[in-house]
Parts: sequence; C-alpha cells; structure tokens
Amino acid sequence: MTELFVAVLLRDLRLASRRRIDSLLPLVFFVVALSLFPLGVGPEPQMLREIAPGIVWVCALLASMLSVNALFASDLADGSLEQMLLAPQPVIAVAAAKCTVHWLVSGLPLIIASPLVGLLFGLSGQALAALVISLVLGTPILSLLGALGAALTLGLRSGGMLLILIVLPLASPALIFGAGAVGTVESGLSAAGHFSLLGALLIATAVGAPWATAAALRISTE
Amino acid sequence: MHTTAHVDTTPSATVSAPLLQAVDLAGQRGERALFHHLALDLVPGSVTWLRGRNGRGKTSLLRLLAGLATPMAGTVNVAGRPVRRSQPEWRRGLVYIGHQNALKDDLTAAEALAFLLQLRGAAPDSARIDSALERLGVRASRRALVRTLSQGQRRRVALARLALSLEQPLWLLDEPFDALDADGVAALNDLLADHAARGGATLLTSHQPLSLAEPVPRIFDLDHHGLA
Repeated sequence: MTELFVAVLLRDLRLASRRRIDSLLPLVFFVVALSLFPLGVGPEPQMLREIAPGIVWVCALLASMLSVNALFASDLADGSLEQMLLAPQPVIAVAAAKCTVHWLVSGLPLIIASPLVGLLFGLSGQALAALVISLVLGTPILSLLGALGAALTLGLRSGGMLLILIVLPLASPALIFGAGAVGTVESGLSAAGHFSLLGALLIATAVGAPWATAAALRISTE
Repeated sequence: MHTTAHVDTTPSATVSAPLLQAVDLAGQRGERALFHHLALDLVPGSVTWLRGRNGRGKTSLLRLLAGLATPMAGTVNVAGRPVRRSQPEWRRGLVYIGHQNALKDDLTAAEALAFLLQLRGAAPDSARIDSALERLGVRASRRALVRTLSQGQRRRVALARLALSLEQPLWLLDEPFDALDADGVAALNDLLADHAARGGATLLTSHQPLSLAEPVPRIFDLDHHGLA
C-alpha cells in the first residue's frame, strides 16, 4: 500500500512541478482575492481586522476548490485511473496520495502566505498564530472533502457545479471553527476549543474520506 | 440485443486448465444489455481475438474481465475460483491496456513507463525500461515528453509495458494495433508470440485482421455466437 501511495504522490508532485502555472493558481487566487477586499469594503483598519478571519478562510476554501475538480479528471481521461484501480494494492492508497498532493500544492502555500496576508489586514501576532494553526488543521479537511466530491462527480456533466454543492456544505464546519478561532483570539479569549473541534474534524475526515473516495472512484469508473 | 457466446472447444483449449474463465456472463452499458450467457475460456499459450461490430460490447467485456466493471450476471473465474477484485494475486498476474495509453503528457516516455511499473509494485529499473522501449522501437524517445510524441509512438510506449510483463499470465488488450505502423505491428506480434510461448494467454480486440502467425489466434465473435 505504501508503494502505491509513494508512486502516485511522487508522480503527481512531478507533474505539479511541470505545470507551475496551474499549480500556482490557488495561491494567486488567494492573494489577489484578499487584496481586493480593502478596495471593495474600504481601507478602515478596524473593520478590516474584524472581517479578516472570515474572508481569509472563505478565500482559502474557494482557492482550495479551484483545483479539486481536476484531481481525478485527467487520470480518468488518459486511462491512468484505470491502471491505478487495477494495482494490486488497495485503492485507498491512491485516494490518500491524491489528497496529500492536493494539500501540498494547494493548501500548504496558503498556510505559508497567510501570515503575510494577516499582516496586510492588521492582525495581531497572536491572531496571526491562530490563523496559521487553524489553516494547518483546516486545509487538509478541505483537500480530503474536495477529493471525495471530485470522486463522486467524476465523469458527470456539470460535475464542477455538483462538486461545489456537495463540498461547500460539508466544509462549512471547518470554515466556522477556523474563522472563529482567529476571531476568538482577537477578542482576547482562548481558541483551544476551536482548535480541538478542528482537530476532531480533521481526524474524522482523515479516517472516513479516503475510504469513501476510494469507493466513489470505483463506482464512478464502472 | 442479446448475444449468446460459447466456449472454444479446440484441442488446445481442452488440455490446459483455463487461466481465466467467464461463466454465464452478462454485461450492459448504461441501460442497454450487451450480451448474455457468455462463456469464454482463456487457456495458457493462446491468443484470442475478440471480434464484433462497433458497440457490441468488446471493450465492456474486457473491462468486466479485468475487474473494472461488475457483470449483470455470471462470474469470472481465475484458477477455478471466482475473482474478487480485491485479490492482489489476481491483479499482479493481469495486464490491461485500454483504448487510452495511460501516459501523462508532462512525463517523459521513460518516466511514464516507470510509473506504470510502480503501480504493479515492480521496481522502475531504468535498464529494463530502456530494453522494453528498445523492443518497441522507441528507445530514442525515452527522454521525450509524451506530449511531443506522435500517436503511434505513444501507443508503442504504452505497449512497451508488455515487454516488461511477460511473466504476467493474462493480457487484456483493447485495440493494441491502433496507430501502429508495420514495424510496430511486427514488434507487438513478436511480444504476443513470446508471451504465448511462456504459457500466457491474451485476449485482444482489433478492427484490423491479425497477422500473428504463431500461435494461430482463436477468434471469439460477439456478433456470431462466439466462435467463428
């Protein structure tokens, strides 16, 4: 199982490194979308500081969804997915590797960029730390749920729309607790409860989503 | 439209236990039934040409036998036992090459082939990969990105897997001769003969007449009740 996981992981990272423009799209969207908010809602520092947690998290969620539609689509189109499903190791290894690559390519850059974005919105040091921790716990959830949605809608017409309708409601708790953690710290309270809930969500998703994704891949390719 | 197909009864088919056996198989595409009560044996040392008009279910049958789809009825047996798709041993012994080449445009030919080997759990040995590409006449393209290769070259790279899979007893090939020139056809025929000589069994579809001399391909016709 590890061999299959590593093979798919390394291949997809190599492909991502050769499609840099596509790989950078979530990060570019994240930064550009966030930089538009001060222009749209006004440059008043207090207001920007108050809305920063919510809009950073919303932009992270949307940026993460940008690339999730293509997670399995090209492998289905060129026949690679069939070969992965025929591997003698469990398909869950493919699902787990795809989620990991998606997080490394789409989620991790957002986490790295988030302190800079937080500074632009005038967040305090503690709030910045809370933002980073919430994204560390939350962005893997988005990748796991995104992969599940992509597998469920694989090969369907208007699959992109359906994917959004499936994933966004499921991702809402992560959005609420992630943004809430930063807001709580900004209010001078502890965000431990929010982090615990995010951690619980991450564990539940990490345990359940790859199995469901693997099953959905089998059903979608029948 | 329903098709009833029958098992081969040539002497070579009866002396060896089949590597794969389809029993009373029924398949469908969408809501449309493609075939019913289909029986097929793939015996060691054989090449079977699966024929039929467009839309008769050749690809669907290959996918059923590979375990990529679930039959409406019937079973697929390997070594006399029903195949469960999760059996690793069964999958290790199978090579399935579909219509698509399963090559990524942004990988080199050698990288793409190495990945397909890794999926099977085999080490991506570069000397063996070079040798396989050489056998299909595309070694010079080993460092070329797949996107830069012609359709025929891509097919050759995909088929180079076969040169690395001679120990796998069962090959299921969907239109393997597509886009190949005369040299490519000869190279593939050579691999098919080599595989059969080692006791392997191949089931392939082709819209072109087969030029394989040895072993003489058995014909399984979905249009005319099995054997032609």
